[in-house]
Amino acid sequence: MTIPPELAARPVVEKLRAFNPRAVTAAEEFRGQLTLTVPPELIRDIGEFLRDSPELAFHLLTDITAVDRYPVEPRFEILYFLRSMKSGERLRLKAPVSGDQPRLESVVGLWPAADILECEVFDLFGVHFSGHPHLRRVLMPDDWQGHPLRKDYPVEGYR
Amino acid sequence: MAERTAPPPAAAETMVLNVGPQHPSTHGVLRLILELDGETIVRARPDVGYLHTGIEKNAEKLYYSQVIPLTDRIDYLAPLSNNLVYCLAVEKLLALEVPPRAQWIRVLLTELTRLNNHLVWLGTCALELGAMSVFLYCFREREEILKIFELVSGQRMMTSYFRIGGLAVEPPAEFPRQVDRLLKMLPGRFDEYEDLLTENRIWLARTRGVGVLSPEDAIAWGITGPNLRASGIGLDLRKAEPYSGYENFQFEIPVRPEGDVYARYVVRMQEMRQSVRIARQALDGLPAGPVRADAPGIVLPERDKMKTEMEALIYHFKLVVDGFAPPAGEVYAAVESPKGELGCFLVSDGSPRPWRMRWRPPSLLNVQVLSKLLPGHLFADAIAILASVDFVLGEVDR
Repeated sequence: MTIPPELAARPVVEKLRAFNPRAVTAAEEFRGQLTLTVPPELIRDIGEFLRDSPELAFHLLTDITAVDRYPVEPRFEILYFLRSMKSGERLRLKAPVSGDQPRLESVVGLWPAADILECEVFDLFGVHFSGHPHLRRVLMPDDWQGHPLRKDYPVEGYR
Repeated sequence: MAERTAPPPAAAETMVLNVGPQHPSTHGVLRLILELDGETIVRARPDVGYLHTGIEKNAEKLYYSQVIPLTDRIDYLAPLSNNLVYCLAVEKLLALEVPPRAQWIRVLLTELTRLNNHLVWLGTCALELGAMSVFLYCFREREEILKIFELVSGQRMMTSYFRIGGLAVEPPAEFPRQVDRLLKMLPGRFDEYEDLLTENRIWLARTRGVGVLSPEDAIAWGITGPNLRASGIGLDLRKAEPYSGYENFQFEIPVRPEGDVYARYVVRMQEMRQSVRIARQALDGLPAGPVRADAPGIVLPERDKMKTEMEALIYHFKLVVDGFAPPAGEVYAAVESPKGELGCFLVSDGSPRPWRMRWRPPSLLNVQVLSKLLPGHLFADAIAILASVDFVLGEVDR
């Protein structure tokens, strides 16, 4: 996991690393879209910095979702889609989380939009968000067993 | 009815009222849990999930081109916007260029989709507030748009007309004439709706100052599209991040600062006029040429070639049986759908099926913001606010 020099020179990467030297563990650009891998335990601090930094102004959280990389560990990648209201720049944050009791800090306090998005990730992937005011199933019934978007969820036969 | 009172102290005795999931005013199977103090809403919680069909999971088992019919069924009032965002995401993954004629027809048809969506929105919103005739007129005009969808794709609603690399087929010869007739008819009809509503005293009393969303709250709650522009922020992806050749079109972005139900109405009315303007430019400047990219192995070959060329037949067979495998990577594509930013995030592992497809539904965030907008309002105003934010439950639940 590395940060290519051309991406390390990007203002957002420079500012994040100045904020916390551990903030960016990897950076990748594919088809002109920047994805930064961040340590999951820092997600809330990084989010707060990106939102409140006047030059960056990532005020709009458009989406939170997850990708299950089963059977690879760390299994889950939690993705945060941000858009700067100043420059119009888009940024994806990727927080890798282990499949054993997946948990990371909620960002509902930063963006109220995250409420139902985190609930959906919890519902469909079984990732917990500590500090979420009301983590609940939103799409599946309340008494449902299992998390359907996990790759090891059975898709045929008797469950 | 527009006056609001501050929420009463927590000690006051409240009543919990279930609205939906089977209630005509919730525009589908939305359940709203309202805590009422008399007629004033203290707390509101939308409960969704009644239409969950697992489209994101289904997509993981299908070839890239087989996902397109699923996308129609997400937001069934704007099927072509859904087709477009999915095709754009796959094309970005493949770095595939779409011919100009296909891009222009895509712009034309997605603007007609916006008209279709806003007409349904206007009709149902007016119906909720007692203006029944507007509903009938809007559905009359909507039918004309659906006839054009049927003309090009054979389907009124589940179009599946956009394909990876272009369009399914060249539109039939009478397509330009039919669209021309529609675009000539619509502005006069918009004037009729505005005569009925814009200065109507009942309409003003029910909509002005109701459900005010400040620009800061709109951003924090992830609101995009017409609702954001009615709160004074002129963000429109067609201008901010042009796709499918939108940079070649002249149009304005209507913005209103008030953030109330009336502002959302005015923004959408003006957007419909701009959509007609864009569609007119697309129709008049429609470039000649193919409607599908020349990409053997990704785009199906022409039917005629299959009868004369062996390679075309082989490509057709391989594409249908094996699909195609884009490079491994992650892409996000976003379009300005009638309801806001509609996004499609695709993760490819280099196999012919998407490893993960994430649908970023603007409707979900439009529903969520109700818990912010409703408290402090009277129950009757809740219906107006609910109607004004515009959502489709198929897209909320996917």
